[in-house]
Amino acid sequence: MNAPVKLDLPLDVWSMPLDEIDVSDPQLYQDEAWHPYFERLRQQAPVHYCADSRYGPFWSVSRYRDIVECEVNHAVFSNAINGNQVEDQSLALPRPAFIRMDPPKHDEQRKVVAPIVAPANLHNMERLIRERTQQLLDALPRGEEFDWVEEVSIKLTTMMLATLFDFPFGDRALLTYWSDVAICNLNAPDAPVHSEAERFKELTKMADYMSRLFEERRKLPPKFDLLSMLAHGEATREMSLPEFIGNLGLLIVGGNDTTRNSMTGGLLALSRFPDEYRKLHANPALIESLVPEIVRYVTPVIHMRRTTLQATEIDGQPIPAGAKVVLWYVSANRDPDALAQPNCLIIDRKRPRQHASFGFSIHRCVGNRLAELQLRILWEEILLRFPMIEVVGGAQRIYSNFIQGFKSMPVRIPA
Amino acid sequence: MPNVTYVEHNGTAHTIELMIGESIMRGAVDNEVPGIDADCGGACACATCHIYLDPPWLDLLGTPKFGSQEASMLNFAAVTQPNSRLSCQIKMTEVLDGLTVRMPEGQH
Repeated sequence: MNAPVKLDLPLDVWSMPLDEIDVSDPQLYQDEAWHPYFERLRQQAPVHYCADSRYGPFWSVSRYRDIVECEVNHAVFSNAINGNQVEDQSLALPRPAFIRMDPPKHDEQRKVVAPIVAPANLHNMERLIRERTQQLLDALPRGEEFDWVEEVSIKLTTMMLATLFDFPFGDRALLTYWSDVAICNLNAPDAPVHSEAERFKELTKMADYMSRLFEERRKLPPKFDLLSMLAHGEATREMSLPEFIGNLGLLIVGGNDTTRNSMTGGLLALSRFPDEYRKLHANPALIESLVPEIVRYVTPVIHMRRTTLQATEIDGQPIPAGAKVVLWYVSANRDPDALAQPNCLIIDRKRPRQHASFGFSIHRCVGNRLAELQLRILWEEILLRFPMIEVVGGAQRIYSNFIQGFKSMPVRIPA
Repeated sequence: MPNVTYVEHNGTAHTIELMIGESIMRGAVDNEVPGIDADCGGACACATCHIYLDPPWLDLLGTPKFGSQEASMLNFAAVTQPNSRLSCQIKMTEVLDGLTVRMPEGQH
């Protein structure tokens, strides 16, 4: 008699019942298997209800135009109920931050930090960013394999973050660690923490360290770093501890993790589209349109979540009050109704900044131009030094439905 | 056709003819006038089409309606002034013939 054989049949995304689709599974993003699910949703259920998931019931919005509309309609689609991710914010250990607030409090707090990334200040930062990038690239090994994530993406963005906070340079690895702690999926086997309590404990250590700096900056005259701005800003100088942790977490993750992953994902994308990579080498002026196209293609933030404050409708679909509505940026950036050849990396795309990766409306990424600046400098300096960089092995992604993160990517720069 | 003059932060002026009903933003973007980025393409969702209006035009057009999406977004544009507007929300009319708008140092 034969033993029963377990067949590992591939799931047919197009024939499974529509209401069984659950795009909140972090595995889909770690495996880069999400594309056909969203193709189907955009076509057959652009506003899709998932009745039962590990995060409870939720609606998925997958079309670019609908996502823009939801975000513009912030009076109905709130950021302030249970957080900004499909996974509800921990009630016991909340981390309030302005990304999880609505006006007027959101506006008051955002306005405190916005000046650090205003055009004039970006101009001031450019030289330092370039010096560091040059030094780092000059020290990279030639003709041998190394991990782009560790040696380039993490190092550059950690330095940038330390500068933004005017954080003690020697301790800057803590910033990367805290960012990973803040954002990790607790169920990932290699997560740095495995419970909300542990996460909060580590982030409290972050808060303690930052508090010492905060107090120092408060006593000094105001200067142009995030801690000083928070310490002197009227809306933020008396923040509670949870709010302090929350806002710092926001700035560390939003200001670091995302750019890091664009640095990795951009090289990966170019390696997948070698004609585009050759085009770039032949014409470095294309860096200007390359950078936003990288941000679009990579889509570092997979989704953002809203909660309805009243009964409403999206594209004709009625949505009740109190509904969890998930805006899938990864899907918007592959929407053929919004973008020509959305699955292709096109480095000279017309209107390349017209994408969903930074979000829309009042919560649109406050640091978007700083992210672009770092990427632009990176690619300028790469093109001045190196022939086409080879990606020599698989890029490992993190287990998450929120951040498209890379753990490692082996590369080789020809000698 | 009525025209609009766009003045870059460095003083360079560009005079462009616009169709009635076209947004001031669109006139700049379609004619590659530097200084208006318009990331979101006109959805009032990014504040990167920020411009300043000279006094006679400000009197004519006014400031954004209180509580409007334009007012919300202008909150977050860099270096806003009392004569700030988002150019995607201003549509060309005959009365605006000769309109002058000035671009800020940068959009963000």
